[in-house]
Amino acid sequence: MTDVLDTNDAADRAVADIPDGATVLIGGFGTAGQPMELIDALRHHGASDLTVVNNNAGNGDTGLAALLKTGNVAKIICSFPRQSDSWVFDDLYRAGKIELEVVPQGNLAERMRAAGAGIGAFFGPTGVGTPVAAGKEERIIDGRAYVLEYPIRGDYALIKAHTADRMGNLVYRKTARNFGPVMATAATTTIVEVTDVVETGELDPEHVVTPSIYVNRVVKVAAAQPSHQQGGAEA
Amino acid sequence: MSTKTLTKDEIAKLIADDIPEGAFVNLGIGQPTLVADHLDLERGVVLHTENGMLGMGRAAVGDEIDPDLINAGKIPVVETPGASYFHHADSFAMMRGGHLDVCVLGAFQVSVRGDLANWHTGARDAIPAVGGAMDLAIGAKDVYVMMTLFAKDGSSKLVPECTYPLTGVACVSRVYTDYGVLDITNNGVRVDRVYGATIAELRERTNLDLYP
Repeated sequence: MTDVLDTNDAADRAVADIPDGATVLIGGFGTAGQPMELIDALRHHGASDLTVVNNNAGNGDTGLAALLKTGNVAKIICSFPRQSDSWVFDDLYRAGKIELEVVPQGNLAERMRAAGAGIGAFFGPTGVGTPVAAGKEERIIDGRAYVLEYPIRGDYALIKAHTADRMGNLVYRKTARNFGPVMATAATTTIVEVTDVVETGELDPEHVVTPSIYVNRVVKVAAAQPSHQQGGAEA
Repeated sequence: MSTKTLTKDEIAKLIADDIPEGAFVNLGIGQPTLVADHLDLERGVVLHTENGMLGMGRAAVGDEIDPDLINAGKIPVVETPGASYFHHADSFAMMRGGHLDVCVLGAFQVSVRGDLANWHTGARDAIPAVGGAMDLAIGAKDVYVMMTLFAKDGSSKLVPECTYPLTGVACVSRVYTDYGVLDITNNGVRVDRVYGATIAELRERTNLDLYP
């Protein structure tokens, strides 16, 4: 059963049970698909000693960067922390105040997909012979080398979609989809920020991207004013 | 032999002209994005971006700018007709599953066996960041590298063994440089074209056994 929350304090209520020490999967690629209001709510909520999984490590001073700045994130698992506007993370890292696990982007996605699909571990081709494979079990399958990768599970996923129906079926928008559908499957409790909520039955079943079974809470937020931060050349 | 070395744009044009008609292509961040400017639209090349899109178009301008529609470098872009969106695991399955025909990547170093180093200089205080480079390097059918042949200190970036941490092992098929196009083959490095130097001169400067 999915709860649809649309009061002024909906985001705060949605994240209120996230405990200290939780692993939180946070959607987004840069700022596209980053659930800003849920992240802000988590920051105000104040749970500490968090492990955060995101592609990046925050941009500018808002959203994930602001959450990092509180010092409540003990560890970040991501593929590309270093960006022209990742100064909050850079300072924490250089001061030894945050642990970093760098994971190739495809492994990051696939490890969460594995978690969501009940896969115990998988052999992947990425990173063979590189530092990210150091210490991992390697196997030759049909003449090709692979390394063993374990799932990444979240206690919570905070993601952003465009439209939800009242059951929690989701449709995303353009490249803001990115990690959302995968993270939704990989967490015990998935919380989704959307700007549009429609009645059940209004979404074409053929167009649903994330089926409601993966969604626990939907938070309706006001549509953001168009804004854009140019990140520069980085992934 | 041409008497002049190539500019970045000229290298990008060479790559664009070599990409097969109808190919599915990922252009890495940085210099490889220049290749898009030289692709002949009539040839039906489809651009993939790691953040979940096939059919990526040019950079968006003015009212076209949409924060939900960006490329791997987080620059706003436009859709082309026939574009599609998908989530990250699907996007990287396209790479790792061998579905992409070509990817073009920048490099710090490429070894004569096609090892690629492009994510980390190994400097102690550097913050490691790999992004999608390792998945692209091992996934695309052909990995083209676009780089200057020599580093700022004059040392060759084509090397017997990479000294920087690797991105992928034996994954590069061709290297496009300001001095020429080099094929990584089982028999060593074959020089396909040269610009601004003879093969003999490049042998001397790289200290590598290049063959015509």
